[in-house]
Amino acid sequence: MKDNVLMRVAARWNMPFLIIFALYTQTHGELGPGGGFQAGVMIAAAFIVYGMVFGADDMQRIVPRWITDLLAALGVLIYAGTGVYCLVQGYTFLDYTAINPANPGAGEPWGMVSVEWGVGITVAAVMMTIFNEITEGTLPGQEHDKSDTEIVGKA
Amino acid sequence: MELIHKNLPALIVVLPLCMGLLTAIVGRRGLGWWMAMATNSAVLAMAGQLLWNVMHNGAFEITYQMGSWPAPFGIVYIVDPLNAAVLLVVSIIACVLTLYARKSVASEIQKNRLHFFYALWLFCTTGLLGITITGDAFNLYVLLEISSLSTYTLVALGRSRNRRALTAAINYLVLGSIGANFYLLGIAYLYMVTGSLNIADIRHILETTVFPTWATDAPQYRTTVIVGFAFMAVGLSLKLALFPLHGWLPNAYTYAPSAVSGLLASTATKVGAYVFIRVIFTLVGVNFAFGVLHTETALMVSAGAAIIIGSWLALKQTNLKKMLAYSSIGQIGYITLGFSLNNVNGLTASIIHLFNHALTKGSMFMALGVVVYRLGNARLKDVRGLGRQLPVSMAVFTAGGLGLIGVPLTAGFISKWYLVTGAIQAHRYEMAAIVLFGSLLALMYVWRVVEQIYFGKRDENAPKLKEAPVTMLVPMVLLVAASIYFGIDARASSWVAQTAAELLLGVKA
Repeated sequence: MKDNVLMRVAARWNMPFLIIFALYTQTHGELGPGGGFQAGVMIAAAFIVYGMVFGADDMQRIVPRWITDLLAALGVLIYAGTGVYCLVQGYTFLDYTAINPANPGAGEPWGMVSVEWGVGITVAAVMMTIFNEITEGTLPGQEHDKSDTEIVGKA
Repeated sequence: MELIHKNLPALIVVLPLCMGLLTAIVGRRGLGWWMAMATNSAVLAMAGQLLWNVMHNGAFEITYQMGSWPAPFGIVYIVDPLNAAVLLVVSIIACVLTLYARKSVASEIQKNRLHFFYALWLFCTTGLLGITITGDAFNLYVLLEISSLSTYTLVALGRSRNRRALTAAINYLVLGSIGANFYLLGIAYLYMVTGSLNIADIRHILETTVFPTWATDAPQYRTTVIVGFAFMAVGLSLKLALFPLHGWLPNAYTYAPSAVSGLLASTATKVGAYVFIRVIFTLVGVNFAFGVLHTETALMVSAGAAIIIGSWLALKQTNLKKMLAYSSIGQIGYITLGFSLNNVNGLTASIIHLFNHALTKGSMFMALGVVVYRLGNARLKDVRGLGRQLPVSMAVFTAGGLGLIGVPLTAGFISKWYLVTGAIQAHRYEMAAIVLFGSLLALMYVWRVVEQIYFGKRDENAPKLKEAPVTMLVPMVLLVAASIYFGIDARASSWVAQTAAELLLGVKA
């Protein structure tokens, strides 16, 4: 699809808008419709559309595999870390009171925001990983990872 | 310490989750194994502490509110003797198998994937522990998916030894997902009726507002509740591989890496059985499941068929891992039979067999893993005359086999004793007969192998095998020693199992 001007321009020019709208959805998750999951999908969509037009190779140049792997784990760690932080402060797991004990209500949004960022990061990374996996070896110029299918010798 | 103590129920799930994620990030160059080992040891300590706490507190219950939200609204983790025992089983097996996995897995999986293996390994533990400890029906489903998804991948990793691991994993994935989704559908139906996802709360609402109307002229939600329960029962039967729904099990166990076969056989189906017990006795109650619906008849037929047909098929296998897999189907029959009897002895048998069979089958899979480690395969003709060359692992296999048969002084005997007593008390003499017949079949399929091991003659030109590395021997010897110990002195295990059974049936004073 790289030869199609319309596709090329659309994929490029949509990217910033998709990402900005994703960030809006992300940061307003605790107040209005939206949240980490939707934002993550949109961020991933921005890159996946790019990848569909320019090829997965080009996309992986922008977002290498090791980054998506890292982010996928990091997001969940942020989520769980928020819970553990509350726990270490002497409250139960994910009890956001710990964030602002003087005014428990004020701590809630912060807890939610940090959890939603965790969700958003993981969802975006996993979506891109899924795209990378299913396009592996199907797009021109890409071959199956040979080391993958190698038979491991006996010990 | 106070902090850890207070948050034990949450930490036992959160710790392996966080460590699993960290392993995926930084677990390269062999660090993954150390992280998994440290985590699972800590989890074992926590599970032991939880069991101790719950058995020594007057109420036999520890409740933990996630995020401090009270029970029907938030997720609560509830520990009682039943799930504390299952937690201990899962963590013991996970811990010793991690030790075993170091050498065994390194020979079966590519080096550059090892950290992912240990990450998945920890996620699987997370899921299994979470399913066991949670008091929320939907949270249970989520954790079920965490453990199942990681298990599918773990099974598929067996592909470097045999490509059929991939088809086995897909098969398992499809059937496992159907099972999990049936469970979810069942939860949805019950949610429609009760508006709650908390297990204790669903039961309370059913008992106070739904069931009483069934005796009147205008029964409410009768069909909905029955359909919901039916979905859950079928879904869980798939998950625990109860007889006609066992199709995914043999290949998944056979082609998975050895350590994974051990983990699956000793924990995954056991946790499935635990959930089934939980659903029948805590979620809907025996009065509904056995009184109104007579589920016990269906369960007993399946269990009886599982015992006889599972053991019979085990007898016909030439691949020894597959033989153990079919034998597991039979053992699941015993566990199901126990709780379908609906009396204290039967339920005790189920719970104690969860523990005993995990020890026995875990050690047997590990012993076969040694043969796979040395030969790359474990067929009947491969073990011919191996008694001399692999003395320790073959002795472990034999001792485990004696446990499967239920020879006195092994843990299997204790389970069968309770089971037969329970069957006779329930006046199900034919079931008692089936249990004994199943033991006879077990004797046949175990003896067939033991005969080859000790009396078979090894081919002249067959390669000479060395005994397994110490890190592989220690875990299996530990497990089999435990299974013999709990066969000789079953006071501790039967105390816990009996307490749990009495609490479930509501006969505990």
